[in-house]
Amino acid sequence: MQKTYYDPADLKKFGKISDWNEELSSKFFEYYNTVFNEGALSEREKSLIALAVAHTIQCPYCIDAYTGDGLQRGITKEEMMEALHVAAAIRGGASLVHGVQMMNKVNKLDL
Amino acid sequence: MIDSLHKRQSELANSNKQLEFLSNGIFKNGELTTFNNKIAETKQFPLKPKKLEVLQINLGYMCNQVCEHCHVDAGPDRKEIMTKDTMLQCLKVIKNTQAHTLDLTGGAPEMNPHFKWFVEEATKIGIKDVIVRSNLTILRANKKYYSLPGFFKKHNIHVVSSMPHWTKGKTDKQRGSGVFDKSIKALQELNAIGYGMPNSHLKLDLVHNPSGAFLPGNQVALEKEFKKALLEDFGIQFHNLFTITNLPISRFLDYLIASENYEDYMYALVEAYNPETVKNLMCTNTISVSWNGFLYDCDFNQMLELPVNSNLKHISEYNEETLQNRNIITSQHCYGCTAGAGSSCQGNLIP
Repeated sequence: MQKTYYDPADLKKFGKISDWNEELSSKFFEYYNTVFNEGALSEREKSLIALAVAHTIQCPYCIDAYTGDGLQRGITKEEMMEALHVAAAIRGGASLVHGVQMMNKVNKLDL
Repeated sequence: MIDSLHKRQSELANSNKQLEFLSNGIFKNGELTTFNNKIAETKQFPLKPKKLEVLQINLGYMCNQVCEHCHVDAGPDRKEIMTKDTMLQCLKVIKNTQAHTLDLTGGAPEMNPHFKWFVEEATKIGIKDVIVRSNLTILRANKKYYSLPGFFKKHNIHVVSSMPHWTKGKTDKQRGSGVFDKSIKALQELNAIGYGMPNSHLKLDLVHNPSGAFLPGNQVALEKEFKKALLEDFGIQFHNLFTITNLPISRFLDYLIASENYEDYMYALVEAYNPETVKNLMCTNTISVSWNGFLYDCDFNQMLELPVNSNLKHISEYNEETLQNRNIITSQHCYGCTAGAGSSCQGNLIP
């Protein structure tokens, strides 16, 4: 029996998702690949956004993929870490800003 | 500065040990297909030469740098240097070759005591493109080298130099402490005399090798990043960027094994195998000559001590027609040249 939920080798099998629903998978991968093409943002900027989002959603496959992608693009570890701090700041801020709700409730109910 | 594998007396200083390592493990147990079987799938085995275009001559393994990834295992301790007699034999071949490019490499080719004489003689013959693969730091390493930029200009030498990244941290990590700053100064000096400037006939190209166990990114995109950063930060200009994949031999193989990246790296190379690159591999249009005059299909085969598969083994018995009939020797390390858009001393093999 597999001892962990995640296996690094599974990342390479991502394309096999198509085996069970080719139509939807094709649409997804076409969309996915188009998203990362150069547009108003450069491919490099998109790679950094993907890395930050990967950490926000804590997806080990995505972290693996977009760390490697960043290295190939010449993105430095300083740039990667700054992108992660943006993700962490938004994520931490999202918790903290809900404190306003808590404060509102306390102020309403408390004497 | 790290020591060469030879100085460390590492087992991998022996090319047979490297070849043994590359043939065993994941290739022997069938997890990965051997290179020869892979190219046979598209009926490209055995690989045959096309028209000879490049004569690449290694003037010696001595170098003032000891780079982490060096496939030559070059360094200050390496004493293998081409003699004037062997150079004379090379000049005889250069006079009659149909190759349009003479590609001088090392080590640091400029450290050969006969370097200038050899370049002067070779350029007199009129071969179209004479490349010197300069590590840049040699230009400022010692007073006796200070005249090299002017010498290059006088003889219209095409300078190709390694620069793994546009930042100091990544460059120094791969090429040694202080290399980045010295390289920047050398590039500025070359720019000042016209090298690398837009529309200049004085060609200056840079080479990017990944600084770790990963494949190079898109050559066009990286060139754009390099040009923007070097111009903005240092006012430096150059013509083309060549991305070169690190081949799993010599010091880079040693690094892959020590960092436990070997298998993943080989998987990455094999997965990125692109059969379209095979017909353009540099071994199909190049002959590589070692410091002692022996002939090889490429610089990598030279370092693995795999001489050409021909009765003619030495520059003294060179015959282009006979050599054109040989089978090129290929093995697992060749996956480094067939990954993605392909890799060669001139960068990508396909657009």
